Amino acid sequence: MTFTSNDLMAAAPLVLLLALTCGVLLLDLLLRDEQRQISYVLSIASLLATGLSCIAFRVAAPLPAFNGMLVADSLSALVGATLCLLVAGTLAYSRAYIRDRGLFTGEYFTLVLFATFGMLVMASASHLLTLYLGLELLSLSLYALVALRRDSASAIEAAMKYFVLGALSSGMLLYGMSMIYGATGSLQLNAIADHVVTGHANPTILVFGLVFLVAGLGFKLGVVPFHMWVPDVYDGAPSSVTLLLGSAPKLAGLVLMLRILVEALGAQPVLVEWQKMLVILAVLSLALGNITAIAQTNIKRMLAYSTISHMGFVLLGVLSGYGGGYGAALFYTIVYALTALGAFGMITLLSRTGFEAQMLEDFRGLHERNPWYAFVMLVLMFSLTGIPPTVGFYAKLTVLQAIIGQGYLALSVYAVLLSLVGAFYYLRLVKLMYFDAPSAEAPPLLSTPATRALVLANGLGLLALGVLPGALMDWCTQAVLSSL
Amino acid sequence: MMSLSHYLALSAMLFAISVVGIFLNRKNVIILLMAIELNLLAVNLNFIAFSHFLRDLSGQVFVFFILTVAAAESAIGLAILVCLFRTVQSINVDDLSRLKE
Repeated sequence: MTFTSNDLMAAAPLVLLLALTCGVLLLDLLLRDEQRQISYVLSIASLLATGLSCIAFRVAAPLPAFNGMLVADSLSALVGATLCLLVAGTLAYSRAYIRDRGLFTGEYFTLVLFATFGMLVMASASHLLTLYLGLELLSLSLYALVALRRDSASAIEAAMKYFVLGALSSGMLLYGMSMIYGATGSLQLNAIADHVVTGHANPTILVFGLVFLVAGLGFKLGVVPFHMWVPDVYDGAPSSVTLLLGSAPKLAGLVLMLRILVEALGAQPVLVEWQKMLVILAVLSLALGNITAIAQTNIKRMLAYSTISHMGFVLLGVLSGYGGGYGAALFYTIVYALTALGAFGMITLLSRTGFEAQMLEDFRGLHERNPWYAFVMLVLMFSLTGIPPTVGFYAKLTVLQAIIGQGYLALSVYAVLLSLVGAFYYLRLVKLMYFDAPSAEAPPLLSTPATRALVLANGLGLLALGVLPGALMDWCTQAVLSSL
Repeated sequence: MMSLSHYLALSAMLFAISVVGIFLNRKNVIILLMAIELNLLAVNLNFIAFSHFLRDLSGQVFVFFILTVAAAESAIGLAILVCLFRTVQSINVDDLSRLKE
């Protein structure tokens, strides 16, 4: 047991974010209510600084730290930077929304920062204990955020459901971890992988534990049949919290899955077992997500079911079982998170004091009310559908290439057919925005230079990524190949 | 002499009771919180049994962390429960149906 300065170098972004978070927490105590703006700006600045430090401190070869508890590698750098950017975007989008609803408080910002810290810990963990602690820090902060509007019955109900099912899924994950520990005698991911490869692990206990691990991961990602919390929580939570829930934690969930299933249990005797399980989850998620979304009139519920189907698509990339497929899944998730950020962000922008924009009807005639918002929403919906030249098309293409390369031809045809079903409800929203007249009692839109810049940056960023996806795709593949 | 499988069977039973408790319970939310505690304790028993029979301490260290997190988790759960009772005036699971189509 030694402690060197290398350990701190590897954990530099984590140390930085924790220090800044504690700083914001303390500073907020000294501020008066009308000065809350300072902690808001500092929170965003902390996130951006941490994101930059993830890039600045990135390493070529994986650098283990704290006796194998943490690791700094390209995967943790890429995912860490993206997570910080996503959460900063979340805060930027929700400014007016949380101010109108009395949530513009220090506890909101620090909970968001602690949730980000938990996600960063998950991204750079190389031990089951650190993975678990990061996951719990994220989950506990999110439960509290969902419940933050104490006077809203639907928010509290959503928080209760999220809490109970989240705690159950953590229990499942832990039960699986305990079985893996029993079979291999180790909690360190690389050591587990060694035991699996050399065949020292008891295969029965290993596969028994694997079932619980996959179930727990399925709950966290929200894939069928572990999806029942997703629509209720997205619907009940305040829109700004739905925005947070729907973007960054999806990426963190994918990294959790890659760390456990690929890094620790990615070798052959176990690989086939979890591939079979993921096929079932992916097939069910694609069908249920896309078909149920058609019947929704509430846009938050619609996007929740759309999330389920997209997570099914991500699982396709993971179950291909080789580096290129994991890279495609990572690319898909990053793109999805950026798109969801814009789509849920638009919902928070359309809401005003005393008015929650959460029905599809509220988007009626958006083109007449604000052509820029409508155009960006159009790009986002095209990207979710997978229409070229948006980046959603390229993301779907790489995942499909990966699974066809591994011989899952029927599965890829199935995925394309269900994406076609999905096109219906995304394009219905486009039709509502462009071809219907706005309803008379729609409240005036919030449109300041800052929100327009933010919305345009998000939309044009996705368009640019669709035209030039190569750099990010290379980075994803390289991160996965060098880290897992 | 108690063997490893005795412990594993006991913890599997506790785990099953807790999962059934969460899904079949239609009475009140406090029972859900108790089932969640039981769930984590079943996992702890598993870790300690493996740790003892593998002669490896890291499993027992993991248990300390799980206990700590479980305490934080119940604190948040009870806080949400208090808010729930204030807004809905009930802690019946059946009354949690505002968010269904």
